[in-house]
Amino acid sequence: MTDQAYNFAYLDEQTKRMIRRAILKGLAIPGYQVPFASREMPMPYGWGTGGVQVSAAVLTPDDRFKVIDQGADDTTNAVSIRSFFQRTAGVATTTATREATVIQTRHRIPEEPLTEGQILVYQVPIPEPLRFLEPRESETRKMHSLEEYGLMHVKLYEDISRHGHIATSYAYPVKVEGRYVMDPSPIPKFDNPKLGDMAAIQLFGAGREQRIYALPPYTRVISLDFEDHPFEPSKADHPCGMCAATDSYLDELIVDDAGGRMFVCSDTDYCEARQAAGHIGKDNGGKGAA
Amino acid sequence: MQAETLSGGFADPAIAASYAFRTVMEAMARPGTVREIAGAAPPAPLSPAAGAVLLTLCDTETPVYLAGAANCDAVRAWLAFHTGAPLVGASHCMFALGTWEALAPLSEYSIGSSEYPDRSATLIVECPALDASGAVLTGPGIQTEASLSLPEVAAFRANRRLFPLGLDFLFTSGDRIAALPRSTQVSAPMGAAQVS
Ligand SMILES: [Zn+2]
Repeated sequence: MTDQAYNFAYLDEQTKRMIRRAILKGLAIPGYQVPFASREMPMPYGWGTGGVQVSAAVLTPDDRFKVIDQGADDTTNAVSIRSFFQRTAGVATTTATREATVIQTRHRIPEEPLTEGQILVYQVPIPEPLRFLEPRESETRKMHSLEEYGLMHVKLYEDISRHGHIATSYAYPVKVEGRYVMDPSPIPKFDNPKLGDMAAIQLFGAGREQRIYALPPYTRVISLDFEDHPFEPSKADHPCGMCAATDSYLDELIVDDAGGRMFVCSDTDYCEARQAAGHIGKDNGGKGAA
Repeated sequence: MQAETLSGGFADPAIAASYAFRTVMEAMARPGTVREIAGAAPPAPLSPAAGAVLLTLCDTETPVYLAGAANCDAVRAWLAFHTGAPLVGASHCMFALGTWEALAPLSEYSIGSSEYPDRSATLIVECPALDASGAVLTGPGIQTEASLSLPEVAAFRANRRLFPLGLDFLFTSGDRIAALPRSTQVSAPMGAAQVS
């Protein structure tokens, strides 16, 4: 049952049409930031109002909706966005990546490969990858139009001369179909290889900055790098303490007052599904347990 | 006002538009796939698919150009009643609707600017038939290649060369819809003479 005090999915129809038109142009020009007139949502900006507006524009009553915040389904932010659409759009919800048709995310791409029936909606705080190099919107827009991305390479190269490697580990910039440089939102660079050739549709919404951009399925997405310093996705040197996965992105947890640490999958659904399937890590009573 | 004008809209507008948009979005995201889109019953000569697109995307903020036979009293009245979209000439429209022949020449439409390539027209092309055969498509949204019964090849190749500027196309026929964004590379079907 939807809450009848609201229009379907909260937003009025005219706003949804405007967002829908922006999404279509975003899909037609992969990686280009389409301006849109962001609306006030009944939640603070930091809670991903851009992603919420995109989700509101794409959801149908048949969807199964999942929300992850840094990989977890159970944070306050994830729980309230999920219940918001349960209430206003009457959608079913799930925490299982495989069962979801629309997944709204903050700062992660699920570990399980997404499929053609799925849509991934990113909450984006700063959509402009050139913003830290150039604060003026009129200038960054010109730089995109002229493909003037030299400064971005200079910044990455400064990293190399200072640290011996590219230190940027989140929101690592990518080039889409050889044309637009795009900010993939603050996902860890571990997730960057998943952006390209994905079977699902990827939509990016920035509420405060009023931008929507998109990656159609099977789009070429290349992380910026240099011939002598090729892009390397980060890789933890531990298996997950709970499910023993060696291929997932891990969070470091402090587990006791003595400063004991444990590494656990940031994608909680992935980790729980592996444990349910009998994969047990060393901090979970598995092999090598202390 | 004719009964035809008042009828033929979405029965439950917010819900029907949500389904229709998903269909349009999937079509645009996966060029060459042909889908069914239901819910609209516009007056002739509009197809139900074209009617659903107009109801889903058009309103007072989207100037529309009706080309050829689509520019008739019945369609104008229906569009005005259900969307409020202002009617304009080809060069000022955000959406254009008509047969391929009626929509020509494509040079009339806005292809966007280098800083705002999104400010470009979307053409809704009414087709006698629509199926996944004919011209070969590659590019974003297509895993290997797709085929689509395009009215011609040369115009879409020329449009692709404008990227990131250019026009985006929705093809409608009966209750079927497919799309071709500006990003798609188009080549002639196997065995046909290559034209560019
Ligand atoms: Zn795990």
